[in-house]
Amino acid sequence: MKEVILLKNGEIALKGLNRRTFEDMLVKNTRRRLNSLCNWQFHIAQSTVTAIPDEEIDMDEAVEICSKVFGFVALSKALSVEKDMDIIREQTGEYLKDELLAAKTFKVNARRSDKKFPLTSPEICMEMGGVILSAFPHLSVDVHNPDVIVNIEVRDNSAFIHGNQIKGAGGMPIGSAGKAAILISGGIDSPVAAWMMAKRGLQLEAIHFASPPYTSERAEKKVYDLLKKVAAYSGRIRLHVVPFTRIQEEIKDKCPEELFTILMRRYMMRISERIAADNDCGALITGESVGQVASQTLYALACTDSVVSMPVFRPLIGMDKNEVITVSRKIDTFDISVLPFEDCCTVFTPKHPRTKPKAYYVEQAENLLDSDALIDEAIASVRTLMING
Amino acid sequence: MEYYLDNSATTPVCEQAITAMTDALVRGWGNPSSLYSKGVEAEELLSEARENVSARLGCRSEELFFTSGGTESNNIALLGTANAMRRYGRRVVISSTEHSSVDETATKLEESGFEVIRLKVDGNGRISEEDLYRAINKNTVLVSVMAVNNEVGTIQPVKEIRRAVKSAGSPAIIHCDAVQAFCKLPLLKPSALSVDLMSISSHKIHGPKGAGALYVKGGFKKDRAGVRVSPRTFGGLQESSLRPGTEPVPAIVGFGAAAKAMPNTEKIYPRIEALRDYLLSGLSAIGGITVNSPTDSLPYITNISTGVNSEPMMNFLSSRKIYVSSGSACAKGHKSYVLSRMGLSDAEISSALRISFSHLTTTEDVDMLLQGIEDGKKSIRTA
Repeated sequence: MKEVILLKNGEIALKGLNRRTFEDMLVKNTRRRLNSLCNWQFHIAQSTVTAIPDEEIDMDEAVEICSKVFGFVALSKALSVEKDMDIIREQTGEYLKDELLAAKTFKVNARRSDKKFPLTSPEICMEMGGVILSAFPHLSVDVHNPDVIVNIEVRDNSAFIHGNQIKGAGGMPIGSAGKAAILISGGIDSPVAAWMMAKRGLQLEAIHFASPPYTSERAEKKVYDLLKKVAAYSGRIRLHVVPFTRIQEEIKDKCPEELFTILMRRYMMRISERIAADNDCGALITGESVGQVASQTLYALACTDSVVSMPVFRPLIGMDKNEVITVSRKIDTFDISVLPFEDCCTVFTPKHPRTKPKAYYVEQAENLLDSDALIDEAIASVRTLMING
Repeated sequence: MEYYLDNSATTPVCEQAITAMTDALVRGWGNPSSLYSKGVEAEELLSEARENVSARLGCRSEELFFTSGGTESNNIALLGTANAMRRYGRRVVISSTEHSSVDETATKLEESGFEVIRLKVDGNGRISEEDLYRAINKNTVLVSVMAVNNEVGTIQPVKEIRRAVKSAGSPAIIHCDAVQAFCKLPLLKPSALSVDLMSISSHKIHGPKGAGALYVKGGFKKDRAGVRVSPRTFGGLQESSLRPGTEPVPAIVGFGAAAKAMPNTEKIYPRIEALRDYLLSGLSAIGGITVNSPTDSLPYITNISTGVNSEPMMNFLSSRKIYVSSGSACAKGHKSYVLSRMGLSDAEISSALRISFSHLTTTEDVDMLLQGIEDGKKSIRTA
């Protein structure tokens, strides 16, 4: 008898011949995350991963960790017992005591994949319903909307008893969709964008542009803290910090003010594409949404995209700020994002930014700068650090 | 090399304090309240520290009560006095540029039915004596004015408060936040300034963080007349029950050792003045810099506006290991209300820097700073 975690696969059950690869990734991701607690054994059968700890540990913490692993739609702690109806009868009420005492209604769900088990699923339901009703007389059965669903799963090697499942993080296993680079600032949007793409199975590299002395060490620490929250879902992230002061000062000194932002974005994209390519990424990710600020008009987005050939993913493109904030609260990045350390100094913000930048003028402005040398210089001084999930 | 010029935020811990604290941790770890010799030993360390600090402040050791620091001392002084004195009246008078541990505590008093008068300051950051006389009336139960302002170094006319209180026939208790003044401002003695309560802190005088003290004139005895202040925490006989809880002996011992090790306030003062003058002449040679501190401020603190935003300037200096602040360290990233109440423009406030000395500051530190500010002004782009 042992407490385990049952994790239900999501869409990867549909992946046909690739299913095995996806499942292996999922197990690898889960193992890496759970290893901070103890060593684990994993079994995969019928779209369910069973995680079995080698030691007695805080299972609630383990469930919390697993609830952030992409690729599972639902999960729960479960008691793994011998396939013996006497034991199941005896243990169910005991194991689910707290949940059942707090509930008013319940129903029993039984599943039997081992067809040699003497009782059929409906028979297990009947039997266990009776056992629970007599042990917890305050309860009544509600098959449509019960407070607690008592699950009895009889599988090949053992039987599992568990109560209500919690929602998993959904999505696809990290790494199953390849790798992409997120351009991260200290704001609300980019961590949300990173999380959304990680959810679709992308492994993340992060690129942050630092402009000391206009931005402070604390602003960089903020980016680190934000990525730490994202990494709880995405697994480890490599952060590339690009020194950007020189380029911003050159733009400020030589180019027309209304183009500052668009020029800055174009340089960021160029540098990011090179870092992304060097690190085997197939796409860039940004936290932009249409119309939010001057650099996020359709014209401006087109103008920034035109300097790179890699696809640029903007998962927030159609979202309102409030919708983004809702997600940022859910993934716990909001409170860090709103800390006051400036991540983009107002010195380089034009008073009247151009909202419909013409390619010709932008290119002419860039011709005033030694772009290649500036970009090479910035890339040569990139600092890289690892953020563990 | 580091060039630390933010001594009003905190100071490096001196050797004497480290040695004394190590000894207190290794040998004197007993509970001072225990009756056996291990406890007595710790208690002796505690009384030695109390002797050191009170000697330095110029009061009797029975009048000094250890706390966790300046903020707690100020909180006990304000909340404790207001509570003990509420039947005599409901008016509290403070200056409008007090440290947030006084200002925000006063706001709490307002919420519980007190009337708080915040005295305006002039362009030098100083309250006027006329305002003081006008604000204090028979209903006034507490007057709290800092000895030295933490952001600009303005010295307040604390001594005048007693006369104003007397002439109004007010029962008011007088409190002085002397955190920035202790061991720095000559003639700070509580009896000479005629105050009833005074807050001081360890980590501003090269002691460790986590220790401070509240001076209470005549001492504090529960259920006995004297200065009227009541405890804000309960549950023990330590510090005469004014601040119960097992004493952090090592921190207090460090505080005592630091107080003893600080150089003579009066003797070192001319050297600090000379250093400040050296700084000011260097700044005027750079040009384009305004000095926000009054000419007669405490020479340890100089507040200036450089014309370049504080944050990039601070970061620029920090990259050369020159450390200054943009105002009070407690106000990370917020605009200074002290400077704005002194009537400075937004541009001056957003480019303000606070440079604060200790007796360890050298001309080399100042030279590095001047060079840094000059280079920063040249290279940092402004909007």
